[in-house]
This record gives sequence, C-alpha cells and structure tokens, in this order.
Amino acid sequence: MSREVTNLLYLITIVTFILALRFLSNPATARRGNQIGAIGMLVAIVVTFAQDSIVSYWEIAVGMVIGGLFGWVAARKVRMTAMPQMVALFNGVGGGAAALIALAEFHNRAPDPGTLKTDISIAIMLSAIIGSISFAGSMVAFAKLQELIRGRPLVYPGQQVVNALLFAGVLAAGIAISAGVERQWLIWALIGGASLFGVLFVLPIGGADMPVVISLLNACTGLAAAATGFELENNVLIVSGMLVGASGTLLTILMGRAMNRSIANVLFGAFGQLAPSVAGAAAGDADGHVRSASAEDIAVMLGYADKVVFVPGYGMAVAQAQHDVRMLADILESRGVEISYAIHPVAGRMPGHMNVLLAEANVPYPQLKEMDEANSEFPRTSVALVIGANDVVNPDARNNAGSPIYGMPILNVDQAQQVVVLKRSMNPGFAGIENPLFLNPKTVMLFGDAKDSIERLAASVKGL
Amino acid sequence: MSHGLLLTFEITILVLAVFLGFEVISKVPTLLHTPLMSGTNAIHGIVIVGAMLVAGLDHKDTLTTVIGLIAVVLASANVVGGFVVTDRMLEMFKKREKKPEGHG
Repeated sequence: MSREVTNLLYLITIVTFILALRFLSNPATARRGNQIGAIGMLVAIVVTFAQDSIVSYWEIAVGMVIGGLFGWVAARKVRMTAMPQMVALFNGVGGGAAALIALAEFHNRAPDPGTLKTDISIAIMLSAIIGSISFAGSMVAFAKLQELIRGRPLVYPGQQVVNALLFAGVLAAGIAISAGVERQWLIWALIGGASLFGVLFVLPIGGADMPVVISLLNACTGLAAAATGFELENNVLIVSGMLVGASGTLLTILMGRAMNRSIANVLFGAFGQLAPSVAGAAAGDADGHVRSASAEDIAVMLGYADKVVFVPGYGMAVAQAQHDVRMLADILESRGVEISYAIHPVAGRMPGHMNVLLAEANVPYPQLKEMDEANSEFPRTSVALVIGANDVVNPDARNNAGSPIYGMPILNVDQAQQVVVLKRSMNPGFAGIENPLFLNPKTVMLFGDAKDSIERLAASVKGL
Repeated sequence: MSHGLLLTFEITILVLAVFLGFEVISKVPTLLHTPLMSGTNAIHGIVIVGAMLVAGLDHKDTLTTVIGLIAVVLASANVVGGFVVTDRMLEMFKKREKKPEGHG
C-alpha cells in the first residue's frame, strides 16, 4: 500500500477519534464514543500492518497478543474501586512505549554523529523525555493508589532544588542531542534521568491530588505520542497525540477547578509544604472528644428523621457498600423519610466515582444532588449520614486558613441537625489531615467497615 | 515533497489539533471527567502505530527490533486496557438509563 493511501486511511482513524472525544463528553453517547474510538484504533492497526515496509509480522502479532491480553485481563478483573490506578497503569505503559520508540529510532538512525535532521532529533528527545516522565510518574501514581507505597506526601529538605537540577540535566542532554551530539549513551542517560525525575516529581504529591496528576500525565503521554509522529513523519500520530495532549490539558484544568486547586498548587505543593505546627493547631483547637454510638441508637435517629442525606465517600467504594446503602435508603423511604445523596465532585478517588457506584446500585437519579444543591439542603436536614467520606466534609477547608485544604469547596454536613459518620477507625483520611468534624458535638461516630455498618443499621431500622 | 515543506504541514495540523482538542471536550460535565480521562488514555495508545513501524522495519541490528517489540507490547496493553476500562466505567451509566422506574 502506498504512503498516500495509508495516510488517507489514517484519516478515518483521526475522524473516529474526534467523534469519540465529542461523544465521551455527553452521558447519553459516552459509551458509543468509546466504541467508535476503539474501531478507529483497529483501523489504524490494520492499515499499519498493510504497509509494504513492515517485514516482521509475526513478532509484532505475538507482541500485540501478549500486551493486549495483559491489558484485557487487568482491565476486566479489577474491581470498580481500583479503576483509577488502572488508568494510571495503562497511561504509564503508553508513555513508556513512546520513550522506547524514541530510543529505538535514535539507535537505528544515528549510527554516526550528524546524520539526523534537527527537527527529527528534537522530536526524538521530546518524546524520550516526556514519555519517560509519564511512564515513571504514572507508575508511582499507580503504586500510591494501590497502596504499595505511602499515599501521603513524601518530602525532604531541598526537594524542589534537587528536582530542578535533575530536570536541567535532562534538558541539557536533550539540547545536546538536538544540537547534533549523537552519542548513544546520551539518550540512555536522558531516559534514565527523565524517569528518575518522573518518580521524584510525583512522590511528594499527596494521594488526594492523584486524579489531577494522572490527568496531567495522560496529557503528557499524548504529547509524547505527537512527538513520535514527528519522528516517524506520521500524521495519525501527530493529530491523535495532540488531540489527547490538548483535551487532556483542558481536562486537568477542569478537574483542578472542581477541587478548587490550581494546577501549580497541586504540583508544587501546599500539601507538601504544610508546617506540622499548623496541622497540630488545627486539630488541637477543637478541644472536644469523639463520641461513638451503637447501630441501634443511630437507627432510631434515622428512622424518626424527616430528611436524611447520604454523603458517600471512598469508604463506601472500598467496602462495596452501594447496594446496602440503597437498601437502607429504601427502608427509610418506606417509613416516610425523605432521602437524598450529596455528591461531592471529587468524593472517592476520581471525579464522578460516587455517581458510577450509585448508578450501579440503581439509585434514582433525581435523588443525587450536586454539591451546591446539597449544601442548600443541609440546614433543613435531620441527619447527614457520612459513609466513609473525610476530606470532602472537613470544615477546616472553610474555617482554618492554615489547613492544606483551605479553600476547597466542601459539603457542609456540619449544618445538618445531626451528623453520623461511618468510619473504619480514627485514622486521618487519604490526604493525611485531621478532621474537626469528628469532634463536633453534633457528630456521632459508628466505627467499622462501611458495608457491615450499613447492614447493621438497616437491620435495626427494620426492627423499629 | 521536500522535508521542509512536509514539516510545515505537520506543524499546521499539530496546531489545528490543539484547538480541536480544546474545543471538542469543552462542555464535559464533572460526572464524565474520569471516563473521559480514561477514553483519552486509550486514544494515546495510538503510539502502537509508531511501535509497529519501528519494530517491523527491516533493521540491520536486533537491539532496535527488540526495543520496538517491547514498545509494541506496552502500547497494546495501553490500547486494550484503556478501551476496556473506559467501557466498564460507562457500562454503569447505561444500566440507569434502562431502568423503567428511573424517575421514582
């Protein structure tokens, strides 16, 4: 197949990707959008296979089966709660692929110094740097979300300086390559340095900010793919990579805005630089103590309430308690209690996480309230039932200027007449911040696994 | 086509793609942030085309081919995993639409 025909057929892929992005932005068409994208990808793969210049079909096919099988099994087997780290993992391998392509191209095309055109070597060094950062950063994000390493920020003195120096070194190697110093060790050093930078860059970022970071790394992999397109003079790579780079960047900004966190803030860290004394003061000045109650007591509170608002968080997701929550809501409704669900945009570990889980449990859509609407309802709410949410209901975000999450919009559950918090233990939340809500005299705690606690509450309410 | 001319065309479509990328998702609701991120994650799996080209060409040395093949494996995992994870996320929304008592 000639290059002209190939490029025209690649245009089909480009169009399907554009449609896929558009459809993915609308709930009614999102799933179809993803399928259209997959078809476009298949077209690109078939067209590439049909190129005359490809000789080692079998090796490629075997490689595709191995990688594809791994991707399929990992994506199918994982529980809904582990989806975010899967996105990080698959993003990472994509970035890794872009970096390896740069490495292979450099090795193949630059046997002697001065043989590469400048624009090609710039593209090679860009995709090597960005791809490596994306790969290593995503792997750290994966490890943090999978709890293989601590989710809390990891900080040490001079961290920013070390990172800056390392990045400058990587950039210097990249400039040397672009300027025509085509030594093989340079590209290996560049990839190694950029990978190390990726690790050091993501390590100090707290777990609560991980969605924004993954989104940013996702955009980076798109850019790396576009750079790969310049390397190979291939338009489908340039356009698709840049589409992801641009839409991913916008998405990162939108996500940050939903959490009221600027991207610079996420990356260079208010979470990281929090002075311990401020955290201590925040926890100390509430001077109350935690009250816990039995399931039976809380069941009475719920059973005779006028209005109960459920506030789900990561604890509900991890316990897979959404079906039991729905059941408890049904029992309460049959007793004439008004029910709604307050959904914080970033409750759980990903925006939209709670909506997905509650939709799975067939919770009636009109009962789901977005943050602003929910906040207007809390003053006339009898009981706010917080199910494993923590940072998104932390009043410090509103009241304590010293808190690392100060300014983040929260659900004002403390305005309800009573607050019940279901929680596994008194450990601080994912972001590692104390929560004065638990010390509020209006609050009672029910400790234990969320699913188990909800089941006990449902049984007790039934028995009233 | 000369190399320079080709490069100008490449830069042109790159810049157009930037605007298109911004424009096409500008109205996404919060609800779809995660599935959209996952969907774009699958789309950058297009590096598989690059990986295939590098691995498949008639190379003189094996190191290039081996690195290219590893890239093929990684990119395939990106493509398949990306689309499947996105589909699983979106499956959840479909259920709700089907439900007859959806307004209850």
